[in-house]
Amino acid sequence: MEQIIFYILAFIMVFFAIASVSSRKILRAVVYLLFVLIGIAGFYFLIDYNYLAAIQLTVYAGGIIVLFIFSVLLIHHIDAEIEVATLARRILVGLASLIGAGLTLSVIWAHPFVVAENSTKPTEVREIGLGMLSYGEGGYILPFEVISILLLAAMIGAIIVAKGTRLTLKD
Amino acid sequence: MIPGVSIYEILTVTTLLFFIGIYGFVTRKNLISILLSVELMLNAVAVNFVVINKYLYPDMLQGVYFSVFIIAVAAAETALAISIIINLYRLATSVEVKATETMKY
Amino acid sequence: MDFTYTILIPLIPLAVFLILGINALKIKENVAGIVGVGGLLASTILSFYTAFQYFFKVGKVDGVYQTFVEKTVWMNFTDTLAIDMGVLIDPISVMMLVVVSTISLMVHLYSRGYMHGDQGFTRFFAYLSLFSFSMYGLVLATNLFQIYIFWELVGVSSFLLIGYYYTKPSAVAASKKAFIVTRFADFGFLMGVLMIGYYTGTFDFMALNNPAALQDLSSPIMQYSGITFMGFSVITTALVLIFAGGAGKSAMFPLHIWLPDAMEGPTPVSALIHAATMVVAGVYLVARLFPMFYFVEDGIALQVVAYVGGFSSLFAALIALTQHDIKRILAFSTMSQIGYMMMALGISGYGGVEGLGFTASMFHLFTHAMFKALLFLGAGSVIHAVHSNVLQEMGGLRKYLPITHITFLIAALAIAGVPPFAGFFSKDEILAAAYESNRLLFWVEWTVAGLTAFYMFRLYFGIFWGKERVYKHTPHESPLSMTLPLMFLAIVSAVAGFVPFSQFVSPDLAGYTTHIHMNIAAMSVGVGVLGIAIAWIMYKKETDIADKISSAFGFLYKWTYNKFYFDEIYLFVTREIIFKRIAQPFAWFDKKIVDGTMNLIGNSTVDISKKIKGAQSGKVQDYAFAFVSGVVIMVMVFIYFMN
Repeated sequence: MEQIIFYILAFIMVFFAIASVSSRKILRAVVYLLFVLIGIAGFYFLIDYNYLAAIQLTVYAGGIIVLFIFSVLLIHHIDAEIEVATLARRILVGLASLIGAGLTLSVIWAHPFVVAENSTKPTEVREIGLGMLSYGEGGYILPFEVISILLLAAMIGAIIVAKGTRLTLKD
Repeated sequence: MIPGVSIYEILTVTTLLFFIGIYGFVTRKNLISILLSVELMLNAVAVNFVVINKYLYPDMLQGVYFSVFIIAVAAAETALAISIIINLYRLATSVEVKATETMKY
Repeated sequence: MDFTYTILIPLIPLAVFLILGINALKIKENVAGIVGVGGLLASTILSFYTAFQYFFKVGKVDGVYQTFVEKTVWMNFTDTLAIDMGVLIDPISVMMLVVVSTISLMVHLYSRGYMHGDQGFTRFFAYLSLFSFSMYGLVLATNLFQIYIFWELVGVSSFLLIGYYYTKPSAVAASKKAFIVTRFADFGFLMGVLMIGYYTGTFDFMALNNPAALQDLSSPIMQYSGITFMGFSVITTALVLIFAGGAGKSAMFPLHIWLPDAMEGPTPVSALIHAATMVVAGVYLVARLFPMFYFVEDGIALQVVAYVGGFSSLFAALIALTQHDIKRILAFSTMSQIGYMMMALGISGYGGVEGLGFTASMFHLFTHAMFKALLFLGAGSVIHAVHSNVLQEMGGLRKYLPITHITFLIAALAIAGVPPFAGFFSKDEILAAAYESNRLLFWVEWTVAGLTAFYMFRLYFGIFWGKERVYKHTPHESPLSMTLPLMFLAIVSAVAGFVPFSQFVSPDLAGYTTHIHMNIAAMSVGVGVLGIAIAWIMYKKETDIADKISSAFGFLYKWTYNKFYFDEIYLFVTREIIFKRIAQPFAWFDKKIVDGTMNLIGNSTVDISKKIKGAQSGKVQDYAFAFVSGVVIMVMVFIYFMN
């Protein structure tokens, strides 16, 4: 059962990823990306990281994709066709990507991963929360706080940058 | 771990996603599309963290933490990038890469 | 007696030059004239005061004129060899101060009238001041290097003034020609200066002109005179090279070609620079080093001076016979008279009456400066009146230009050697000195005296007598600012001969008494009067005798009219031989091989960078692609080839 769901998810992710980078309509590309992100969220569910799946859905699907759609609607016509690279360039880059992917895959497949077979215990959100706020060994309190500062800075920065010159001219 | 699905298959999918992202990043000419490709790549990497954590070190949560951080950084990055794009659009009335080539050479 | 204040004599014109030169566009004509003339007047007063002090008050001690030197070390090379800057006061430098001051002041005054209304009036006065500064510096120089520096400065001023009408192509060409020819000669001068510095260990005139040291082969300055170069002592070679520099400046054969062309400059400039002061710098230089010329190797270098001078005077006099441009006639006359002075220096002895040639040369320099400047200024007045340089377009002007006529006549009589005018006395002394030491040169100079009288009166009769031409405007006498200098110089030309010159100027500084040599005087006056008489017959009235003679000697006439084709020979040598056969291969080598190598390096760098600059597209995507491809290739290399 899980196997079949995984294959369906994998197919959806790869298919819509390709669709997203090759679509000539920008809004559609964003929506295809949304499907990919949802697929990844489903994958997180499958792998039993429910918390991550929830974040993926809320932050990505709920936040970032909305932001994208918002900006696309601000600066594009909905059905505006975007310019793409020349065919020769696309072929060249595609070839390079294929070779790179093949190379990476060959390395991965050749590597003997030691998989821990016995573990099936579910991951609790509580554990994640405690680990995040732990200041003992292996604790992530410092990065956590740094991320919070980063998010604040990004928020202020985004406001100032998006407001443009009008804000600075008043000074 | 997912029963019946090996780590190789999952890594294959993420690798494909990552290189599709690279393809998009290089071939697209619109700044928003480029940003989309970046998101693809970021997600592929985040999945890799999680999968390797789950399959090889199921007792740890480091991969999860990193995924969370990646999502947070991606959110910040996207917000900033889009504000820059909007500002650029205001200046150049275009979000094509070729419109931002004045610093070339 | 302290002569330090004489340093002001050159410095005042320098200050005037700076003031006028820097503000050339702002200063109005009358202000520039007042400043220029005022500055020079101050220098002149100082010069005359110096002369009075030197000759009559403090100069003479026990019958011998002392030399006063005020100097400071400027550049120190070795313990003994240094370049000094300073002033040297001795009879010839003081005499030159008087000459330069007088002529320069007259020319400044004259220029105020002559250049009136000219656009570059201020510039002209600035150049004149620069020239005066340089000439004073040259005259007062204490050592060879200082004289060389000012020597080049007068060359530059001359260049600037000849090319004053820089919109006229012929003036530009003439200024270039003058500069290049004199530079070429100055190269010899520089070589000579360096050789003297190297072999004698000093540049100083006081050390070099010491007769005792010059005669003692073991003295410091003569210790290397045993070294020979092309059969002569190095010192002699150096002196000949220095004389080459002097010959270039003084337009001696074969470096004379620039002087006639230099007449493209404004006429006051011709009077000041190319008649009275700068062109006699060569004579002054030889006189300055006279003890060296005389004592080193029994005066071989002095012989060269004598023969070059003698030949030049004859050569120039012959050319002057047939020229049509009145300023060119005067130019060749100048060259001829300078040849006289050089010749007189060349045949002079040392000590007492033996030094008559030296005295006569300086005397002639003095008197010639006066009457030749007068002739040029007179010619300028004539040109001013009829707006032409060509003798055929003049005639019968004596009615219109009475003052110019009289003064010109006085100058012509003076240069022709008619007593009691100045030229008679100096020429008589030169001929007497030549008669004593070298009969060949005496007869040459005697002939030249006759030729001089002839061509000067051809000029005089041609301008002021003969048939009256049709003039566009009725000629009128020049303004007072121009005629005043004429009258002053005419008076000087008339009476300067009575100065007892030998009392003041002699090679050994002692002074002696001369008298008029009656036989020689009779001969020279005779030939002069003969020349005048022939000119009277041929040119007083419009006759066809001149044409008949010139057609009878057609071949010779053509030769002299074309200045013996010297310009053409020089052009041939420079264009065909130096430029084509020597300079062009060098230029080819320089352009193709030397520059080519360097350009190849530079150009290939530029080409390559142009080709590869496309890689720096400024697009992140291209860089990302390059980065990804690079990583892929490197990983492939590591995986498949390194293991």
